[in-house]
Amino acid sequence: MPGYRRQLYRDDAVVLRVQKLGESDRIITLLSRRHGRLRAVARGVRRTTSRFGARLEPFGHVDLQIAGDPNGNIGGGLHTVSQVEAIQLYGKRFLDDYPRYTAACAIAETAERLSPIEREPSQRLFLLTLGALRALAAREHAGTLVLDAYLLRGMGIAGWAPALAECAVCGTRGLHKAFSVPAGGAVCPDCRPPGSAHPAPATLDLMIALSAGDWTVADAAEPGARRECSGLVAAHLQWHLERGLRSLPLVDRTTGEEQK
Amino acid sequence: MYEGAIQDLIDELGRLPGVGPKSAQRIAFHILSADPADVTRLATVLNRVKDQVRFCTTCFNVAESEQCRICRDPRRTNEFLCVVEEPKDVVAIERTGEFRGRYHVLGGAINPLEGIGPDNLRVRELMARLGSGEVKELILATDPNTEGEATATYVALLVKPMGIDVTRLASGLPVGGDLEYADEITLGRAFEGRRAV
Repeated sequence: MPGYRRQLYRDDAVVLRVQKLGESDRIITLLSRRHGRLRAVARGVRRTTSRFGARLEPFGHVDLQIAGDPNGNIGGGLHTVSQVEAIQLYGKRFLDDYPRYTAACAIAETAERLSPIEREPSQRLFLLTLGALRALAAREHAGTLVLDAYLLRGMGIAGWAPALAECAVCGTRGLHKAFSVPAGGAVCPDCRPPGSAHPAPATLDLMIALSAGDWTVADAAEPGARRECSGLVAAHLQWHLERGLRSLPLVDRTTGEEQK
Repeated sequence: MYEGAIQDLIDELGRLPGVGPKSAQRIAFHILSADPADVTRLATVLNRVKDQVRFCTTCFNVAESEQCRICRDPRRTNEFLCVVEEPKDVVAIERTGEFRGRYHVLGGAINPLEGIGPDNLRVRELMARLGSGEVKELILATDPNTEGEATATYVALLVKPMGIDVTRLASGLPVGGDLEYADEITLGRAFEGRRAV
């Protein structure tokens, strides 16, 4: 294959998704620190004798060595995972907590969708995703709050952060009462398009707190504000992604823990 | 590109999982050169599979009648119910010869990334079976990966309030392997699940 060099390169990455391939292989989708989103084949990892299959389960932070061209030429087929070391396997912390597992799935799918081009490095998205999984595993905050904070900040990295402290249309500063997803966030009475939502002031306060990482305010938010916030964040994200996230409707928001 | 029937055969074979265009071509030419009796037998079996094989109405394993062989067997106990993801898992457990209870095939595992939630599996049918009160122990034998563990956690959450014992298959070291070659997660799970001897 002219111009194609298969070489070994190393990076640390978060495992976003695994898909079965053939008899015993898997295609692993990774969000790496220096090479952006990657897809690589892990051979034989579904066999019980695999020496690193367990390290390539979803949501793990791993250090890997990959065989392929780091510049993105895939003339020799998909890249291959040759070695894996675990840095922190967050996935196993969600195994006994179904709501957190569903939230982690939504984080992983969002990370994949916010990095549409393979091998385009985005260290901010990598660090945000890693931080979100770490926070989810630490169980210091409700899983849905961590998810909504991740979605809001992820949209910020993608350039679609909703306007919260100013009017999305005219830029007038202040806390506005109406929220319009097509307009791009909170809107003032003069700019408010028909059909805008009117969330409770506490909901907008919660969205601002989640965007800024003010967990004191976020943790104290009432269940009603949390529900409304999740709805607005999901609607805003899906508007910009055009195609809905498959995992978001399956996020379990019903447990008592979410109400704490 | 070939003409007519041979190209149609290559196209159809290429739609099968794990069969690429080259393999499809190789299989098509093998069929072309095979004995006509062998090809007729293959075609008959393919038709029979689609006509006669269905899912068991009780456990959703593959069957050729209303109920599968295991559900019809009166020598098996109804007190133990083993939950698996796919019919091939039933075969794997049956090969051990250790289990004399019944099965329930969920039809997959919860995987939100693929849009598969509890409503896409046969969880509701499982709950209906457990409602009869015959089952004393529910054994969760889903795959020991993230999706399988999440599915087991979800089912356990639903079933525990019913007062039924819920157990999970042990996971750990493969028989015949060397300890030094075990990865840290498997070895950790083996430690967690250690038992008195």
